[in-house]
Amino acid sequence: MVKDRYSLAFRLYPYERVAEQDADSVVRHPVVIVGGGPIGMALALDLGKRGIPALVLDDHEGIGKGSRAICFAKRTLEICDRLGCGQAMVDKGVVWNLGRVFKDTEEIYSFNLLPEEGHLRPAFINLQQPYFERFLVEEIRAAQAAGAPIEIRGRNRVTAIDRQADHTRLEIDTPDGPYAIEADWLVATDGANSPIREMMGLGFEGRIFEDNFLIADIRMEADFPTERRFWFDPPFNRGETALMHKQPDDVWRLDFQLGWNIDRRAELDEEKVKTRVRGMIGDDIPFELVWTSIYTFRCCTMADYVHGRVIFAGDSAHQVSPFGARGANGGIQDIDNLGWKLALVLQGRAPESLIDTYHTERKHGALENIKNSSRSADFLTPRSPAHKLFREAVLTLAADHAFARPMVNSGRLSVPCTYDGSPLNTEDGLPGGPERTRPGSPCPDAPVGESFLLSHLNGEFILLGLNAEIPNKVEVPGVRAIGMTLPAEGLLADRYLGDAPSAVYLIRPDQHVAARWPAYDAAAAQAALKRAAGLE
Amino acid sequence: MADLVTTPNLPRTDDFYAALLAAHEGLSEAEMHDLNARLILVLANHIGDLDVLTQALAVAGGQRATTDPTKT
Ligand SMILES: Cc1cc2nc3c(=O)[nH]c(=O)nc-3n(C[C@H](O)[C@H](O)[C@H](O)COP(=O)(O)OP(=O)(O)OC[C@H]3O[C@@H](n4cnc5c(N)ncnc54)[C@H](O)[C@@H]3O)c2cc1C
Repeated sequence: MVKDRYSLAFRLYPYERVAEQDADSVVRHPVVIVGGGPIGMALALDLGKRGIPALVLDDHEGIGKGSRAICFAKRTLEICDRLGCGQAMVDKGVVWNLGRVFKDTEEIYSFNLLPEEGHLRPAFINLQQPYFERFLVEEIRAAQAAGAPIEIRGRNRVTAIDRQADHTRLEIDTPDGPYAIEADWLVATDGANSPIREMMGLGFEGRIFEDNFLIADIRMEADFPTERRFWFDPPFNRGETALMHKQPDDVWRLDFQLGWNIDRRAELDEEKVKTRVRGMIGDDIPFELVWTSIYTFRCCTMADYVHGRVIFAGDSAHQVSPFGARGANGGIQDIDNLGWKLALVLQGRAPESLIDTYHTERKHGALENIKNSSRSADFLTPRSPAHKLFREAVLTLAADHAFARPMVNSGRLSVPCTYDGSPLNTEDGLPGGPERTRPGSPCPDAPVGESFLLSHLNGEFILLGLNAEIPNKVEVPGVRAIGMTLPAEGLLADRYLGDAPSAVYLIRPDQHVAARWPAYDAAAAQAALKRAAGLE
Repeated sequence: MADLVTTPNLPRTDDFYAALLAAHEGLSEAEMHDLNARLILVLANHIGDLDVLTQALAVAGGQRATTDPTKT
């Protein structure tokens, strides 16, 4: 028996008996992904499109009801573009730019995410997490139809693992009873309470924040503008905070801070929730409750994301507070980083030690996300009289003085991290080159004729020449980079040349800069490519 | 890195001190705390240098002035 732990929004991968359940011997798979949330599905898609067989085991038959994540960042959309489903997300999502912050009834601060010019994707879209996951699964179905070796097994719950030096054996429960398989590599994307992490007895260290938040997703037809509204101490939730944010389908995310000592059941009472909602939106607008829940949060991380041939990604590896939208957005960057590395190792083109750099680089990213989201949480949930004192001081000053407004912290929204100091980087060799495209940086988008730069960086190593002669490829044993020359003008030149007259960039399959120079030098390019692929 | 000035730097010291006391005149303890918190934020913004502020926090917290806060 595999009982559901939550109800489904979309039933997309019903249980089907597979031959392996009847086989006499245990079948070995190159990669088994445990957990078909957004992160596991995105990894399967990345690997499958690279021709690497990926098996996803999920203990449900589809996507859970209830929208957790709603804000998806530009970098996530760019990664999903590479995976093939970014457009569907943007078409469905709500683009927003304006965030307004109120204290009591007065607006004290507003920020505009005003997208910098010359990017294909907006800074953020709002989209219910079940849609986000559905677009990933739909793209998996399309990829499967085109021959990508991906398999999803619904209602397959991993109940035990046995780790060996070069593989892991998994015990799986299904409606037809248990069976076992083996995995050369196991990737645990089984969420914040990761059963795999538990089975391995590994820690999850960090801070728990003593606060509760009530989410009420409501459907209403109202002409509130498409902006993020955040309140400190509003009349309808005295002493606490509140948030209102638009989603597709006329659904709005309302979020009410409740404090620590609450009666959860009483707070979830439908009438009580509706009273709160009316307090925020007024008595006159009809609405329907779509989903309510109470959440608490913690900011935690595992010490190591790679344990031999078991790898942790997404919430299983690290968890952040929702303020700043760094959970799913951070997790998608994990698999962007892991996909190509795992593919190179499985194809025997790079050594296993390349996987260790996944840990180094993504732990760096996770710590940055934890730092930012902990600071937001500290501002929202002051832990001591001193915290309260300074927050009040900031909020009071912010009403009249511009300088205090940037100190108001209702969430610092997710931006990708730069892998400064990564062992895969080659020291910056471009005098006058812009800071934002130094080695380790995620490539900022820029227009290229009618298209955009990132659409040309399609998941392989790229050698990009700007006003520089380069060969059509660079090869070292195991890997090659494809040469590409683009006219260095306008925003592309601003972002990649700066004060330099010409440049050559080595760009990784995950669109991060590995190295850059003023001109092509064969030996330097080969050395950088070897280094970026973990070959030295 | 800019150094925190810990030698006398404020002309008319007594006037400033009197103004500081006057600003606190008649305030309850809670109001005093509020005023001081706002004052710190106003001054911090004016100084506008994280290195200097980090040294200032260390000095205010009882450490000896130093040019390198990591060496205290
Ligand atoms: C209130 C709230 C708001 C949020 N808002 C945002 C936001 O705006 N933006 C953002 O980026 N993030 C946000 N997040 C975070 C985001 O929801 C998570 O980071 C994201 O869901 C993590 O994805 P995951 O795939 O790692 O894990 P999960 O989504 O938890 O998926 C894990 C999967 O593993 C399966 N599983 C578990 N155990 C087993 C097993 N033994 N065998 C087989 N399968 C198993 C589960 O059923 C599930 O399908 C928010 C979170 C909350 C709670």
